[in-house]
Amino acid sequence: MSHFEATRDAYGRALVELGERYENMVVLDADLSGSTRTAKFAEKYPDRFFNLGIAEQNLMNTAAGLALSGKIPFVSTFAIFATGRAWEQVRNTIAYPALPVKIVASHAGLTVGEDGSSHQALEDIALMRVIPNMSVVVPKDGPETVNVLRAIIETPGPVYVRLGRAKVPSLSQPDDQFELGRGEALAEGDDIAFIACGIMVGKALEARKVLQREGISARVINMASIKPLDEDLVIRAAEECGAIVTAEEHTILGGLGGAVSECVTAMHPVPVQRVGVNDRFGQSGGADELLLHYGLSVEGLVEAAGRALDLKGLNT
Amino acid sequence: MRCHVIESIAQAGSGHPGGSLSSADIVALLYGHVLEIRPDDTHWSNRDRFVLAKGHAAPLLYAALAMRDFFEPSELSSLRKLGSRLQGHPDCKSTPGVEASTGSLGQGLSIGVGMALAGQMDDGEWGVYVLLGDGELQEGQVWEAAMAAAHYKLANLVAIIDYNGLQIDGPIREVLSPEPLDDKWRAFGWYVQEVDGHDFCQLDQAIRNAQSASLPAVIIAHTIKGKGVDFMEGECDWHGKAPSMEQCHDALQQIRGQKGAL
Repeated sequence: MSHFEATRDAYGRALVELGERYENMVVLDADLSGSTRTAKFAEKYPDRFFNLGIAEQNLMNTAAGLALSGKIPFVSTFAIFATGRAWEQVRNTIAYPALPVKIVASHAGLTVGEDGSSHQALEDIALMRVIPNMSVVVPKDGPETVNVLRAIIETPGPVYVRLGRAKVPSLSQPDDQFELGRGEALAEGDDIAFIACGIMVGKALEARKVLQREGISARVINMASIKPLDEDLVIRAAEECGAIVTAEEHTILGGLGGAVSECVTAMHPVPVQRVGVNDRFGQSGGADELLLHYGLSVEGLVEAAGRALDLKGLNT
Repeated sequence: MRCHVIESIAQAGSGHPGGSLSSADIVALLYGHVLEIRPDDTHWSNRDRFVLAKGHAAPLLYAALAMRDFFEPSELSSLRKLGSRLQGHPDCKSTPGVEASTGSLGQGLSIGVGMALAGQMDDGEWGVYVLLGDGELQEGQVWEAAMAAAHYKLANLVAIIDYNGLQIDGPIREVLSPEPLDDKWRAFGWYVQEVDGHDFCQLDQAIRNAQSASLPAVIIAHTIKGKGVDFMEGECDWHGKAPSMEQCHDALQQIRGQKGAL
C-alpha cells in the first residue's frame, strides 16, 4: 500500500524545514495560507511571513521588492491567480530582472474538483513557460516536492512550482534527488515513451502495465523539470522508442506536450501524442471523475499510445 | 539635468520628455540632497532605495545617476539604442544605480512595499522612496500597495506623486479623475502632504516630515508637465514625443537661461 500525500502538504513541511536553515527566506501568501499550507511556516516564523490579503498583483511585486533587498521570497496562492491574475507582474518585475522569487502555487489542474473552472488552472505551465528566465517544475508527489524545494532555494532566478490539492500516491524512492533540467526514466521500454509530469506520472506507469500485457514495451519518464527541459532525455526517447505520448493535468497547448513537441520536431521528429485537457475549460465535479471525463486516465494514455504507434508504423 | 533629459531624448528620437521635466526638481532633490547612496558600492546594504514607479521618466533617472557618477554623462547619448545599458524603461540588471526594473505602471509602489518590509525586518536605517505618476494612480495595484503599507506600518516608505495633471489621452480629471486624492491617501492610512513640486524648500521640508512620520508618507507634488520648456509646458502632446534637433536647441537655450536651472 503506497503512502498518499498532497504535494501542497509536502510544501508546508518543506517550508518549515528550509526556514530553519535559511534565515533570509520569507513566505508571502494572499489569504490562502490554510489551503496552500504556508500557514505552517507562518506559525513557526511569524516574523518572516507576510499575508498580503486578496491582492495578488501587489503580492508578486512585494516579493520582488523583498528579493531586491536580499531575501528569498516564496510566494503562494492558487495557480490560477499566481500565473493568471499577476502574469504581467511576474513577467516584468520578477522574471525580467531574474529575481530569485519562488512562486509555489497550489490547486493547479482539474483535481481542484468541485470549485469548478474558475479555480482550475489549466494554462499555468504554458503561461510561465513562455517567460524568459523562468523555470517551471511540476513535482509528481510529496517527496519529490520536498526535493524540488531543497534544490531550487539557491537557484539564482525565478522558479514556478506547480502543486495540487489532491492526495497523490508517493512514487519517489528515498534516495531520489531533483535537479533543474533533469528528468528521470522510471521504467525502461523501447516501443514507445510516456513523458509525464505531476499526477499523470503514476497513470503512465499504470498504462505501461496495460501495454505490457499487449506485448508493447513502454518507457516512462518523469519530466518534473519542464523548463529547462531535459532535452537529452527527450531526444534519446525519440531515437530509441520512435513514438512519444506526453501526459499532463493541463491544456495540451503550450505545456509539457508543447515543450516536448518543440524539442522533438527540432531535433529528432517522431510522432508525439499529447494527453491533457483538449483546449476546453474545466467544470465542477469530483477530482477522479473529472480526470476520467477529460480523458486524463490510464485508458486515455493507452489510446494515445495506440495512435502514436499507428503513426510510427506509417512512418517506417 | 533637464538639459540631459532633452538632449538624450532628442538623440534617441523617442522618449518621454513631459513627465521627465515635471519630476526633475523632485529627482534632483532626492539624488542631490536626500538619498544616501554610494556610486562606488551600488549594492551597499544600508543605502536608501529609490524606485521610479513612473518608469517612462527613465531619462531623468539616468541623468541623475550620471550626475552622481554611477556612469559617465557621455553614456546618456546611448539612451534607447540597441545594446545600450540605458533601456527605454529602467532595467536594474543593466544600469548601475537603478534599484528596480519598472515601466509597467502601477507596480513600483508594491516593489517599495517589499523593500520597506525588508528594511523593517532588518532594522535598517535606510528609507525607500517611490516616485509615482498621477495617471498611474488609476492602476488598482497602487491601492493594494497603499493598503499593505499602512497595514504593515511602513514608516520607512515615502511615496511622491508627480501630480502634473496630464496623461497621454488628456487632462487626468477628464480621463479618469483620481480626486479627492489627499482624502484617498488619508483614508488608506497614510500621512499626507501637498507641496509645490518645483519648490525645493517645500519639497525638502515635506521629505523631512515624511522621514519622521510614524506612518507611510505620501507627498502630493503639484507640478507642470514639460516644466522649463515653454512649448512643452502643459501640453499632453509632449508626454511621449522626442523634440526635433531644432526644438532641442531651443529647449536647451531656454533651460540654460533660467535662474538656478537644473
